[in-house]
Amino acid sequence: MVTTTPPAIEKNRSRRAKNASRPGDRIFSGLSKGSGITLLVIMAAIAAFLTYRTVLAVSKDSTNFFTTFEWNPAGDPPVFGIAVLAFGTIVSSVIAMVIAVPVAIGIALFISHYAPRKLAKPLAYVVDLLAAVPSIIYGLWGAIFLVPYLDGLNQWLDQYLGWTYIFDKSADGVARNLFTVGILLAIMILPIITNVTREVFLQAPKMHEEAALALGATRWEVVRMAVLPFGRSGIISASMLGLGRALGETMAVAVVLSPSFVLSGHLLDPGGGTFAQNIAAKFNEADDYGRDALIASGLVLFVITLLVNGAARWIIARRKEYSGANA
Amino acid sequence: MKLSRNNGLRASAIGALVVSGALLLSACGSDNNTEEPTKGGGTQTSAAASNIKCDGAKGQLLAAGSSAQENAVDLWVKNFQAACSGVEVNYQGIGSGGGITKFNQGQVAFAGSDSALKDEEVAESKKICKGGTGVNLPMVGGPIAIGYKLEGVDNLVLDASTIAKIFDMKITKWNDPVIAKLNPGAKLPDSTIQAFHRSDESGTTQNLGKYLSTAAAADWKYDPKTKSWPAPDGQAANGSSGVAQAVKGAEGSIGYFELSHATANKISTVSINTGASAPVAATSENASKAIAAAKVKGTGNDVALSLDYATKAEGAYPLVLVTYEIACDKGNKAETLPTLKAFLNYAISEEGQKVLTDADYAPMPAEIAAKVRAIVPTLS
Amino acid sequence: MSHAVQDRPVAFAKPRGPLAHARLPRWAPAAVAAGSVAAGTGIGLAAGWHSKVQWGMLSALLFVLATYVVTTKVEGARQAKDRIATSLVWVCFVLAVVPLLSLAWVTVSKGLEVLDGYFLTHSMNGVLEVEAGGGVYHALLGTIEQVAIATLIAAPIGLLTAVYLVEYGTGKLAKAVTFFVDVMTGIPSIVAGLFVLSTWTLMLGFGPSGFAGAMALAILMMPVVVRSTEEMLKLVPNELREASLALGVPKWRTILKVVLPTAIGGITTGVMLAIARITGETAPILLLVFGTKLINPNPFEGAQSSLPLYVYEQYAVGTDAAVARAWAAALVLIAFVMILNLVARGIARWKAPKTGR
Repeated sequence: MVTTTPPAIEKNRSRRAKNASRPGDRIFSGLSKGSGITLLVIMAAIAAFLTYRTVLAVSKDSTNFFTTFEWNPAGDPPVFGIAVLAFGTIVSSVIAMVIAVPVAIGIALFISHYAPRKLAKPLAYVVDLLAAVPSIIYGLWGAIFLVPYLDGLNQWLDQYLGWTYIFDKSADGVARNLFTVGILLAIMILPIITNVTREVFLQAPKMHEEAALALGATRWEVVRMAVLPFGRSGIISASMLGLGRALGETMAVAVVLSPSFVLSGHLLDPGGGTFAQNIAAKFNEADDYGRDALIASGLVLFVITLLVNGAARWIIARRKEYSGANA
Repeated sequence: MKLSRNNGLRASAIGALVVSGALLLSACGSDNNTEEPTKGGGTQTSAAASNIKCDGAKGQLLAAGSSAQENAVDLWVKNFQAACSGVEVNYQGIGSGGGITKFNQGQVAFAGSDSALKDEEVAESKKICKGGTGVNLPMVGGPIAIGYKLEGVDNLVLDASTIAKIFDMKITKWNDPVIAKLNPGAKLPDSTIQAFHRSDESGTTQNLGKYLSTAAAADWKYDPKTKSWPAPDGQAANGSSGVAQAVKGAEGSIGYFELSHATANKISTVSINTGASAPVAATSENASKAIAAAKVKGTGNDVALSLDYATKAEGAYPLVLVTYEIACDKGNKAETLPTLKAFLNYAISEEGQKVLTDADYAPMPAEIAAKVRAIVPTLS
Repeated sequence: MSHAVQDRPVAFAKPRGPLAHARLPRWAPAAVAAGSVAAGTGIGLAAGWHSKVQWGMLSALLFVLATYVVTTKVEGARQAKDRIATSLVWVCFVLAVVPLLSLAWVTVSKGLEVLDGYFLTHSMNGVLEVEAGGGVYHALLGTIEQVAIATLIAAPIGLLTAVYLVEYGTGKLAKAVTFFVDVMTGIPSIVAGLFVLSTWTLMLGFGPSGFAGAMALAILMMPVVVRSTEEMLKLVPNELREASLALGVPKWRTILKVVLPTAIGGITTGVMLAIARITGETAPILLLVFGTKLINPNPFEGAQSSLPLYVYEQYAVGTDAAVARAWAAALVLIAFVMILNLVARGIARWKAPKTGR
């Protein structure tokens, strides 16, 4: 047979080519591509603007931006630095994580493995809803209820654990310190970490658990052998989610902390500051240059958050091959 | 498919419900708060509204600045808006420094500041006041109360030097002999004094600094011109109301704020021993006596005052502040100019100044008020 | 074979040795708990501690120790560890539930003091900040308008971007978009607010408005919508798409008529959860809308108020009347967010593919 393409098939091929660029297709793909590009442009604009302003601010700073303990961009010469803010942000977030992650794992285990089944579902629902409570309300509750309550705890810590440097209360004052902020942040990020961790634990392969039980393991041993290793990357990603929220938290810190530009290792002393709280407190009285200085501190916070998120994603990607999920 | 058609109908029904609910919501609110008998403010009714001239005032007027005068401005706004419908005056008490910054950025029509414009700020204002400059118009005065919370001690007496030492953290215990000497017979506990100051830039801080450098020069060596709190240590709070709340909440605490904040939060205030025959309490009459001796140091349209902080006159409370409304003398924004003039006219008018006394503020002395009354109509 | 089975002697006694341990009776944990509470209270009283919380903590500690010792003696070390783990998990639960419940209880009880129909339908016009009265309507309206505008901006862009990433995206542009969406999820809310403040409000000179706040909220909302929609679109089985394409339906119609409707439940849930999240964002609003006491129905011009901002402002005033208003507004805010959440979950369950679970 002569193997020339019959004319009918050629016509189909050209019709297929026409189909691929139908106006509807072009419009729709153009629209969605355009949205992607819009998002890209917005983000690039934000990044460029922040970087440009930061450079403007830091170049005129007469002292080292990273190590100065003062914030006076309106001064002559301008003197400002983020040392106190970085310390406060990191310390309060670390305290929040140290308290929240174990407790969240405990609650997640409780909901997924320990609670009576009838209690578990409504409880999961309630914790889900609690994750949505706005932060200003945590701030309100913290300032009015938690602070007077923690006064007693602070004195107890100072009395019995004052030999550790961090719990030595060297300045008198109400409990408006980084420790209180850390505890409040812990309460705030607890529902988020619990939710994600609970989801992960619920997906632990039931066969492994049942196999362990069949071999005579106690419930804790089942959890320790089958559930926790499986959920390790999930726990880490949940913790990073919570950490991201704690780092950027503005209003609760602004309401509860008594701010001052003092970097002190005594966590029970009132004073200190965080990036977000400093911006909220100072933006009103900041002139153009002052605002640039605040933007510079905001950029530092942004970069820290990015690094935390990136680290989380890297850890999860590394552990992906060991997880049982089809993710 | 049968299912999708039902779902589609249900979905659009819900959507229609939501939209109509939203429209209903946007129509059912009311700005009228005067009808409610049991709730709603009972202090000043709008009897003073009758003489307010609205003169083409309309729209929204934005202002910001000193938190010391926010209760006074709140009262003025209430009366002004009751008299002139369609007008809104919106004042945010973000601190004197913040108000001046926003004024120089063109974000607000006038700023409230407890301290007159500095030279750099005047130069900045020339950019925003096309053809003119920012001028200080004093309209509110008042005592800066030193509020404290100390159980069992109702009438604490302090003098300038002791106040300086307390806020500089040189006197740290309530039963310090210096305090005991000023308060014979008072049961002072052996607790630590918790001193609160402003964390934001404040003209109130500046006035306190000026008072302490004048009346207690040996004990207060910080720059009196700074709006930020100069001394190290101590605890901070945001705004006069923040400091008032902090003092209200902590036993053994002491802080400084305008008297109306002390009254609103039921905080005891210190009487100052000036060397006169008796310690002077923080009241608006006593503050008026101190402000009466103020001298005008501004020129032309600027009525900046210099106060006598070291006064020893009988019954004069020396720790006073005067809040200026800062506007452009020429070059105000045209849309808000009529509202600005009408509001400031009311504020400095006799009725406006009269309501101040009931709110624990001090009205301006007669000559100064007359001077300002002459300037406000000339704003353009 | 059957012989051997039948012939086996059947005289097995009940296994007593290592196959069965002694077990603590069922009432043991309760007894230990009662004992440790009594001991904790006793020691607390003797040591002169007045705080009930300290008694509670001491009792909890004694409970854990006593459980460990008793269980080790009776049942063995492994069981003891198991009981400790159970106690710890229960303690975690109680520890976390107490503050969260306290928060909910306090908000509801204090909020209900001032919350009523008057409060919901009036603004703060003519009411002095330091005294009682007034309402939250202007803030509620402001919040609703700002959130609505933010959703109108963010949801379509987010949705279409997710569609691009899942359906069309291969190559460098898609990678760049994914990367920048990841970066965008990390923007702290205060930084987004500062960005809009510096550019829109000050540099371009538009001044404070509800729209400025809405823009900052949209920036915060977009990456969340993109991520959740992406997840939902990925869950749509490829077979559906291929079947539609095989029938000659063009790609855009496939997406619009097959993929999106399948995923619409999850997408709606994601969008509503994002809305609930930005409703509570105070920081950018604080910087951008200035706040007001009157009702301003125009979000594009003039200062507006917002529920979280209102809560913050009333708390800052500090008098009893103002703080009561703050709680009531907080209750309204929580109720608003909760209703959005519940509706979102309701939609998710309504539209969820019926599985066997």
